[in-house]
Amino acid sequence: MIIALAGNPNCGKTTLFNQVTGSHRHVGNFPGVTVEQKTGDIVGHKGVSVVDMPGIYSLTSYSSDEIISRDFLLKQKPDAIINIVDATNIERNLYLTMQLIELQIPMVIALNMMDEVQENNGSIDILHLRDALGVTVVPISAKHKQGLAELVEVTMHAALHKTRPQRIDFCSADATHRAIHAITHLIEDHALKYEIPARFAATKLVEGDEKIRKQLNLSKHEEETIEHAVTEMVAHLGTDREAAIVDMRYHFIEETCRASVVKAKESREYRRSVKLDNVLTHKFLAIPVFFGIMFSIFWLTFDVIGSRLSDWMASGMEYIGDWLGAVLEEFGLNPAVHSLVMDGAYEGVSAVLGFLPFIVVLFLFLSLLEDSGYMARVAFVMDKLLRKIGLSGRSIVPMLMGFGCSVPAIMSARTLASERDKKMTVLLTPFMSCGAKVPVYVLFIAAFFAEHQALVMMALYLSGVLLAVLSGLVMSRTVFRGAPVPFVLEMPNYRFPSVKTVLLLLWDRSRDFINRAFTFILVATVIIWFLQYFDVRLNHVENIADSMLAYIGRLLAPFFAPLGLGDWRISTALVTGFSAKEVVVSTLAVLADVGEDSLAGALHAFFTPLSAVSFLIFTLLYTPCVAAVATFKRELGSFKGMMLVILYQTTVAWLAAFCVYRVGWMMGWG
Amino acid sequence: MNMTLRELGVGSSGRVVQVGGERVLRHRLLEMGITPRTVVTVKKIAPMGDPVELFLRGYSLTLRLEDAKNIVIEEIVNDVAGAGDERGAAA
Repeated sequence: MIIALAGNPNCGKTTLFNQVTGSHRHVGNFPGVTVEQKTGDIVGHKGVSVVDMPGIYSLTSYSSDEIISRDFLLKQKPDAIINIVDATNIERNLYLTMQLIELQIPMVIALNMMDEVQENNGSIDILHLRDALGVTVVPISAKHKQGLAELVEVTMHAALHKTRPQRIDFCSADATHRAIHAITHLIEDHALKYEIPARFAATKLVEGDEKIRKQLNLSKHEEETIEHAVTEMVAHLGTDREAAIVDMRYHFIEETCRASVVKAKESREYRRSVKLDNVLTHKFLAIPVFFGIMFSIFWLTFDVIGSRLSDWMASGMEYIGDWLGAVLEEFGLNPAVHSLVMDGAYEGVSAVLGFLPFIVVLFLFLSLLEDSGYMARVAFVMDKLLRKIGLSGRSIVPMLMGFGCSVPAIMSARTLASERDKKMTVLLTPFMSCGAKVPVYVLFIAAFFAEHQALVMMALYLSGVLLAVLSGLVMSRTVFRGAPVPFVLEMPNYRFPSVKTVLLLLWDRSRDFINRAFTFILVATVIIWFLQYFDVRLNHVENIADSMLAYIGRLLAPFFAPLGLGDWRISTALVTGFSAKEVVVSTLAVLADVGEDSLAGALHAFFTPLSAVSFLIFTLLYTPCVAAVATFKRELGSFKGMMLVILYQTTVAWLAAFCVYRVGWMMGWG
Repeated sequence: MNMTLRELGVGSSGRVVQVGGERVLRHRLLEMGITPRTVVTVKKIAPMGDPVELFLRGYSLTLRLEDAKNIVIEEIVNDVAGAGDERGAAA
């Protein structure tokens, strides 16, 4: 049995999902696309899975989230829908409800945040709401786990007995009524044939939804009749087709709310939000506060919490490594295999796991910003700035995520409403220095710029942003000419993020990263080990300088020479960085023939401070890692797009590093 | 007197008369509840002068000035107004 969880953004959908599902969770993608689809079994009900849908305001086809939701509901035919409605913002939330009702799928309304309504002396007449909508309404508080057992029970009942919404007719104005009914009647057989609920299809046709029109495969005559009905309605109402339907729905919602809702004058949560916004979106304070918050996050992540955890982890891994190495030696393992396990696999994986803490801590902060409602303020505050490069404020969110990891960042760009904004955001995101590059920065900064750690770190991040801005300016004037997407963004009240939601998100992200470490990166390190221990004739080599890896590095060295990076070991490390950026460090350690602890000192043998800067700039900007590139391919929808990204990023990186190195050299810093 | 939402000052309210603009944006605005006769209050203007934060139907929404100029409103001069057929402030 499948139950779909549908609702507006910010209505507490994820919280509800996390509360009702147990440990059997599966995070995947919706068919054919990369929008995350979370599925989980309801606690105590084996075989009953809940699918968490993207948060949407409507079932139109303007954003990919809406199209995905619509297709999922129409094609996968869930046994029931739980429509989660924010009781504190009931009018606008019911707008989606009105459309879900038209789908004629068994449905239950979960009226969330009822505790908040009651605490603020508001009330909602549940029975009246139920009778008006023809759908069972269960008041709940997802956060405080109230009403959840009843919700599950009622939903199961509705699904088993196929209790469809009792009412679909909400027309008020005669003209709209006539048009919808005439069209419903006309298309009934098509709707049946293509399995689209007739009523839903009819209102969409009145609205002028192109996708539905095509799906119904209507005859020319039928289409003309529909247009005629719509024209008549429009002439009668003195409004237009879209407004007619919206008006009909809101009219009904207002009537219903007038009879069943006693709104609190001003809720405590609203007043608290206004107070917080007095600072956070303040005319003068907002921007400094935003950068202050970002700086604190990075400081805490990289200097305070993350680095400490990372050190512990590294020493733990070293301890285990020593033990494992000794055990394998005792066992008398073949020296080549021993080398593969210890020098190849274990060293690579432990280097990568050492910075898992950075990812976890960064995602912790980002999810706190997202869940508390601050991200919406960031979009509000930063919109004008982003519009200058042809984007909207909402793009700041994926871009900030890009500082964590490009893969989820690129994926999170999917929530943007227009294809154009999405593509552009996706292309600019890799300029945001991702977490995997941190070990490279940390290593080089410790080796060359120990006195100015935070400063150099900030400078690197800012260089990335600067190049993103330049690229954005160029793109919005060339490839992506055209108006940015409409910016219509809700500002939810600030809320305390749910601990469970944040922890589950962290768990998902960490698991994802660990998976990468043990699959992708493991394979990459084994390949590097192989390239390093064998020459082109597959003979085992004593000296790395004779290996295949060195051969490839030497081939590419002339390409890097103008950047002051002519040493084959550097080019080799950069090549291996394509598998994952953190691998650059482990490769350098292997090639310099030192442990990672003493690597910082060894670097002075093949870098000057200036070429180190050049190297850092190149690492910051050049092609994203394989996992990110694979995500690009999916998001841009073409192999060509992916190749262009690789080429573009690498060219920009080469040019930037070249400029920095040459200018520095002329200034005599070489 | 009719004016556009763009011209409405911070703290002032108006009743929507007409929503214009490009089709997709306009539909989105309507769906978010900016329908004729809805009462909209301008809460705040972003630090860089754009976008604006509005309050309507019990929630906050942000819009760009260039989009706000497509929304025709009549200003509500004092709080007493709007008792009659005011929308979005039901109950």
